[in-house]
Amino acid sequence: MIEVCQLHKSFGQQQVLCGVDLQIDEGESVVIIGGSGCGKSVLLRHIIGLVQPDAGDVKIDGQGIADLSERELVTVRRKFGMLFQGAALFDSLTVEENVGFLLEREQTMSPSQIRETVADALELVDLGGTQAKKPAELSGGMKKRVGLARAIVYKPEIILYDEPTTGLDPVVADSIDQLVVKMRDQLNCTSIVVTHDTRSMRRVGNRVMMLHHGRIHANGTPEEIFNSTDPVVHKFVNGIADPKDLEF
Amino acid sequence: MGRSADNPLKDALASLGRVTVLFLETLRSIATKQFRVRDLVEQIHFIGVKSQSVVLLTGAFTGMVMCAQFYIQFHKVKMDSAVMSVVSVAMARELGAVLTSLMIAGRVGAAMAAQLGTMKVTEQIDALRTLATSPVDYLVAPRLLAMFISLPLLTAEAIAISLVSGMVVAVFLLGLDPVFLWSNMVFYTWSVDIWMGLIKAFIFAGIIATVACHKGMHCGQGAEGVGRATTEAVVVASITILVSNFFVTLILNKLLIYQG
Repeated sequence: MIEVCQLHKSFGQQQVLCGVDLQIDEGESVVIIGGSGCGKSVLLRHIIGLVQPDAGDVKIDGQGIADLSERELVTVRRKFGMLFQGAALFDSLTVEENVGFLLEREQTMSPSQIRETVADALELVDLGGTQAKKPAELSGGMKKRVGLARAIVYKPEIILYDEPTTGLDPVVADSIDQLVVKMRDQLNCTSIVVTHDTRSMRRVGNRVMMLHHGRIHANGTPEEIFNSTDPVVHKFVNGIADPKDLEF
Repeated sequence: MGRSADNPLKDALASLGRVTVLFLETLRSIATKQFRVRDLVEQIHFIGVKSQSVVLLTGAFTGMVMCAQFYIQFHKVKMDSAVMSVVSVAMARELGAVLTSLMIAGRVGAAMAAQLGTMKVTEQIDALRTLATSPVDYLVAPRLLAMFISLPLLTAEAIAISLVSGMVVAVFLLGLDPVFLWSNMVFYTWSVDIWMGLIKAFIFAGIIATVACHKGMHCGQGAEGVGRATTEAVVVASITILVSNFFVTLILNKLLIYQG
């Protein structure tokens, strides 16, 4: 279970998170939505301990991680897999080395077992046969798929997706959404998806939380969020701009 | 961040603290063998083998120019045969380590900062962390250890080539007697002179790798951030080498030369 308690974070004068509270149960698939720059990715990075909060705590299975050292966090992060917005593949390594990175580091499998496991993970994301390619040879959608294979290959308990469909064409975005659902159902893991893509939100989430002005503004099922009469939620899910934003 | 930029002293002290923490954490990583041998070998190849031309040219031409300059002064007092002993002591104690380190700071330090900086801005360092891998173990430890191994060897190589090239100039260009040059050089160059140069190279290796890795891992956003980190890595490492060289010289003189 993931608990976020009164999380505060500022960058310089800009306060990004102002007391975020949320709870995500095991096996849930939660989508966090919100406008650009509202702090969704920052919240996700707090959950995996990539960013230290100014105040508050994140608890993973009851263990607070805010005060853990980088070395102590390594053990906690073993429970996580994360797909980055730009995939963040290691550009000096091949696809196979990228996907099998953690397995090779842990040295609990033989090289042939690692190759097999990596091949299975790549098959799962429909990228079989790309093992020898370098990230520079892949398209944006393929990079995200490899990033996803890398995040799921060691069967983590929690998978974090940071804007998985941003910058992709609708067809590729749909295939990524389907993969997220496939991972959720096949691996039975907890998923947290950060996105501002409302179509994606409907497809992959059991529960949706909306971040607004540094706090969780709305929390409900995708249908509840879509049918919400709250003006902030309504404007966001229907893509209605504030008239003030249209003044040039 | 804005506040620290308004107070350069506080910013510099904070930066020094972070570099020290990184250095100690990396030593711990090396001591507990958290790095992969393959990465270490790759880094030794990058630092040691690929720097050959730079180090050989620097050593050779420094030895040659020193020989030519000292000859003019020594010839006035009829001490021509002492030219190579001065070149030898100067290269062994000072110039071999300092010049080689400055060249390596420019070539390797810049590359390290740029590589790690690019990894930082493309979230590859964060990706390492999410894969339960410490960036210090994976990125910094092999680089620091490779630098510790390579730089003293490169320094020894630069000293050796400077003496060979100096001898060539002294004998074939200036017409000096090789036997006198050699016997004086061997007589006046002590093993502590060589040790002093190698110890300095070892210290400078720590400075170059730690500063470059720190600048890369803490670089700003985008291409501008990577560019600035690369420049700062070379400038800070070079200045630190030159300044620390004075204090290291005082300490080593006290420990190695004047102890008797």
